[in-house]
Amino acid sequence: MHNYILQIAQENDFQSTRLLKILHAIQKRYFYIPDNAIEVLAEQLQLPRTHIQNVVAFYSFFHTQSSGKYTILISDSITDLMLGKSDLMSYFEQKLKVDIGSVRADGLVSLNNTSCTGMCDQGPAGLVNGYALTHLTKPRIDQIVNYVNRETPLAQWDSDLFRVDDNIVKPDLLLNEKPLHGHAITSTLTRGLSETLAEIELSGLRGRGGAGYTTAWKWKFCREENATQRYIICNADEGEPGTFKDRVLLNSYADSVFEGMTVAAAIVGATQGFLYLRGEYVHLLDKLEAVLEARRVSNLLGSNILQNGFDFDIEICLGAGAYICGEESALIESLEGKAGIPRNRPPYPVTQGYLGKPTVVNNVETYVAAANIAVHGGAWFADKGTSKSKGTKILSISGDCKARGIYEYAFGTTVKTILADCGAIDVLGVQVGGPSGVFISNDEFERKIAFEDLATGGSFIIFNHTRSILDVVHNFSHFFAHESCGFCTPCRVGTSLLKKQVDKIVEGHGSAGDIVALEELCQVIKNYSHCGLGQTAANPVLSSLERYPEIYQAMLKKISYEPGFDLDKSLETARRMANRDDAAAHLAQVEN
Amino acid sequence: MTKTFEIDGKKIPYEEGQTIMQAASAAGVYIAHLCHNPQFTPHGSCKLCTVKVNGRNCSACTFPASEGQNVTNVSKELNEDREKITQMLFVEGNHFCPSCEKTGNCQLQAVAYHLNMTDNHYPHFFENREVDASHPDVMIDHNRCIFCTLCVRASEEVDGKNVFAISGRGIDKRLIVNSKSGLLKDSELDGNDCAAHICPTGAILIKRTGYSVPIGQRIYDHAHIDAVALASEGEVHDL
Repeated sequence: MHNYILQIAQENDFQSTRLLKILHAIQKRYFYIPDNAIEVLAEQLQLPRTHIQNVVAFYSFFHTQSSGKYTILISDSITDLMLGKSDLMSYFEQKLKVDIGSVRADGLVSLNNTSCTGMCDQGPAGLVNGYALTHLTKPRIDQIVNYVNRETPLAQWDSDLFRVDDNIVKPDLLLNEKPLHGHAITSTLTRGLSETLAEIELSGLRGRGGAGYTTAWKWKFCREENATQRYIICNADEGEPGTFKDRVLLNSYADSVFEGMTVAAAIVGATQGFLYLRGEYVHLLDKLEAVLEARRVSNLLGSNILQNGFDFDIEICLGAGAYICGEESALIESLEGKAGIPRNRPPYPVTQGYLGKPTVVNNVETYVAAANIAVHGGAWFADKGTSKSKGTKILSISGDCKARGIYEYAFGTTVKTILADCGAIDVLGVQVGGPSGVFISNDEFERKIAFEDLATGGSFIIFNHTRSILDVVHNFSHFFAHESCGFCTPCRVGTSLLKKQVDKIVEGHGSAGDIVALEELCQVIKNYSHCGLGQTAANPVLSSLERYPEIYQAMLKKISYEPGFDLDKSLETARRMANRDDAAAHLAQVEN
Repeated sequence: MTKTFEIDGKKIPYEEGQTIMQAASAAGVYIAHLCHNPQFTPHGSCKLCTVKVNGRNCSACTFPASEGQNVTNVSKELNEDREKITQMLFVEGNHFCPSCEKTGNCQLQAVAYHLNMTDNHYPHFFENREVDASHPDVMIDHNRCIFCTLCVRASEEVDGKNVFAISGRGIDKRLIVNSKSGLLKDSELDGNDCAAHICPTGAILIKRTGYSVPIGQRIYDHAHIDAVALASEGEVHDL
């Protein structure tokens, strides 16, 4: 083992920033990260062992004990649940003869849940050894179980199990454009760098990740910083449940993404770029590397790009299962080989980002838009949309509708129009922007997709009247508690308390005071958390409580108080020790 | 002309580069805190020091002071929420003050008193956490760790050792020790290290010193945490 770790460390130039990449390689070989590997790595990378232990413990996809030759994870996204995930999970459990969350006795296979894998348009979905499984059905599960039991290598599995479709249903401005092979770079260089930045500003382009910061300002601030090195980062950690448009852009428009990054690099003066790809999208890695290689061969990357004396290259870094890394400063920490914990701000990444240098972090879609604006000019883009939200937005539509997939709309489009286009009927409400966004009821379908109304990173989940709001809230609360990085008290403790409080109500143990307690808890999490995760973690409860108080009320017991724990269950240990199970050894939760 | 900003209507002078916390301490204004200690790089994680800066919530220990800022430190809303954050820390771990050696010297307990906390409010987690008593001079009771990282920073910044780290994600975070066995006895920690003496709660204790100062004669038995903090932390603000 020692020699293998040494070799991997050497291949990565003993750089601690490459820690995630190194750990991925180790896990691929041993199916977990052995203690000895941590010892060797600590020595080779000159890091405290605790640093590596922390990184391994922080990311969901790294394990300290073997998770089997086949690690199967099934997406726990609400969209997968709506497609029958629970039944399939039980079926999987039964057929594989393994309990959820554990490794089979023979050590061959493990089964567990994972956060949304970005396949909401083709779920129920999952991952086997990190590779996406789609369209799961019982026959497909039978097929998988057979492969596992026969120890068939992944490469020999039926490729249809791994089929990922783009499902582009409604293209507009950006999706109608062909992938760019240098046109944006030549346009930028011909027009001039400042002039192109002016076009980007004229376009009114704002960040497509959801926060909506004006792209041209970000680039300008980074450009104006006094520094010898600057970085361009593409945030492809598309973790918001219900979002999958970046997956499609990277699959079919990767050249435009890289071209947008290159244009940004030319403008701000960066020579190195990174694409931070979420671990769940490892199936795209080889294809993306090939695109980069082809661009190097065509001199669209590398040194002296298109004989214009500017150098730029892009490295792809793979995440390892942490929603928080979609937060830009957490993403930078992760790129530096650390746990993804959001930084204190200020300073902002444009002044002190990757390795303390000025850094531009933009979403995949933002780079595609910027590249096309560099070709067509700002007016081309600004012509669409509203006065505060220019251009188009690519939506990932999933849930209860006829045609799930990718839809591109001019900003200002109403929810009603979108619902009609995707064939959604009998709609109860829509979760816009994922769990961190807002749930809108069927009274609000005249509202518009726009930064000034419904701002969204692109997640658009439709629920019909057969769905329960509380199931949705329950799923989202568990999601946030699982994904909280744990840095700050209000989010670390608050999201877990919120999960318990929602469970209590959903399971029918809530009493009158519990709704007040729930709302009060939400306010603390929202107002005091360190970053966007915590600040939005209470949104599912707050937005549903505001719209459907009666649904919560209906769940409550008609008593004034019920404790936050199950009294009878808590006595289980005492009963076991006393070897009693008679009626007197059981206590009712509350005397009636 | 010195630059100034206001906290609760009081003019506070500051120097460029100072945080709100540093300027406030120097000016004799106490802002509740647990993870902050002026000797070390600010961390900004406990969120007790949250103040309103021009109406927006910011952590005073990390947010830079600037000219003309209007800061609210003491208000009913802020103090009630600080109390809730403190209650969260209490229910997350297993804090039984009457049986804890640190009682009376504990900053978590003192802050709770300062905020008039009378109960834990939230349901307890009752997590099963361990005690590491392997080291000859120092013990760790994980039940009382609040993840302030003061020991981590003290070990790194003062002792130059990296004995401690916080590991894991979310509610599963744990204080870990830098040794092959994971035990304190196999680490480089010395009983005289700054890291062994910095814990604001009773999570890291020095052995054989228990109750050498009787209950009733301890730091916070006679003084409030605001007065103690200002007296002990005010002078080292520009380290």
